[in-house]
Amino acid sequence: MRCKVCLEHAVVDIRRHNAAFCGPHLLDHIRNQVARAIKEFKMFGHDDRLLVAASGGKDSLALWDILLALGYDATGFYLSLGIGGYSSRSRKAAEDFAASRGAKLIVRSLEDEHGYTVPELAQLTGRVPCSGCGLNKRYEFNRAALEEGFDVLVTGHNLDDEVATLFGNVLHWNIDMLGRQAPVLEERVLGGDAGTPPALVRKVKPLVRVAERESAAYALVAGIDYIVEECPMVDGNTQHLYKEAITLIEESSPGTKHQMYFGFLKRAAHHFADQQDDAVVVACTNCGAPTVAGGPADPVCSFCKTKALAHHRRDQGVTPRRPARRRRSR
Amino acid sequence: MKVKLRNPDRVVDVSGPSDVVSLLRRLEIVPEAVLVIRDHTLLTRDEALSQEDELEIRPVLSGGSR
Ligand code: SF4
Ligand SMILES: [Zn+2]
Ligand SMILES: [Zn+2]
Repeated sequence: MRCKVCLEHAVVDIRRHNAAFCGPHLLDHIRNQVARAIKEFKMFGHDDRLLVAASGGKDSLALWDILLALGYDATGFYLSLGIGGYSSRSRKAAEDFAASRGAKLIVRSLEDEHGYTVPELAQLTGRVPCSGCGLNKRYEFNRAALEEGFDVLVTGHNLDDEVATLFGNVLHWNIDMLGRQAPVLEERVLGGDAGTPPALVRKVKPLVRVAERESAAYALVAGIDYIVEECPMVDGNTQHLYKEAITLIEESSPGTKHQMYFGFLKRAAHHFADQQDDAVVVACTNCGAPTVAGGPADPVCSFCKTKALAHHRRDQGVTPRRPARRRRSR
Repeated sequence: MKVKLRNPDRVVDVSGPSDVVSLLRRLEIVPEAVLVIRDHTLLTRDEALSQEDELEIRPVLSGGSR
């Protein structure tokens, strides 16, 4: 195959765009897709301070690289989850990337901030690791962005992530989740009063026009040494199952993912939009962080409840064991 | 040819396929779900392979709540 732009030898074929690219033109193509999403969804400007949630994986590091290449003021944030060697290797990937680009990386760890790791949290609360992990990440990303004075929190969710989430929300008809699924989540203030400082920072997903395979290709061509191994806690994850199912359809009908997601945004999302935003954001009476969890009647955020449960169980003598390691077969 | 697979990391020996797409078909791997790499370079589906090649097939779909 030949590059669509320069007719040199191509390294990647992107069937949904009916195109193939050489390395340099693949980088251009992906950067253009990101620039287009930023513009189309009015995500942020060059004056904004961006905090990029950098996990050390391909999507977040590719995105960070793209934002820097496009001239944005982008700082990385790595949250250590305490998942053994996986966490130390992913942290190193994020640190090495930051050093190679001369970019700033903020590092925090759940252990230091809250006294537990993700595996311990799962053991202590009896919930699956991804659930406690997701809750803690959302909480810590928002807190870090506000404390460090960033305007926007940027995450590496790609087209496949969004399609898989949409697919799951449709399978289960999670109407309120469908109302919240957007490339931009506007900032929210406490009590809904305009003019007060944000309590939930603005969140954006500039990779929504980029498929997962494309962001991996970008990372490889850009020479980014991202962490390839999967988090060992991911076993039996439904998100992955949905991705595999949709990728099978994409294989025989290129463009399906894009159509499903952007068709939803254009033609269906507004039907669910009024399911959200009426909940007033109140301050958690324990930590002060914003919560919509139980409304004013129950103003302790789910993060604090989970954390309290974990510490309570530990005080009772529940000792976290190392979870049995299982392999997911591919 | 030697083919490195990931998660878990392992190497399998494959003989026969003359291009990327037939290698993936042989291993029952959906092309959209992976990248194929030779000498740090990505290969398109139609790229010809030789029996001496050392390849990596890298999955691109990750899981987890994010
Ligand atoms: S796979 Fe689950 S536990 Fe692992 S990092 Fe992702 S959300 Fe956290
Ligand atoms: Zn080219
Ligand atoms: Zn709280």
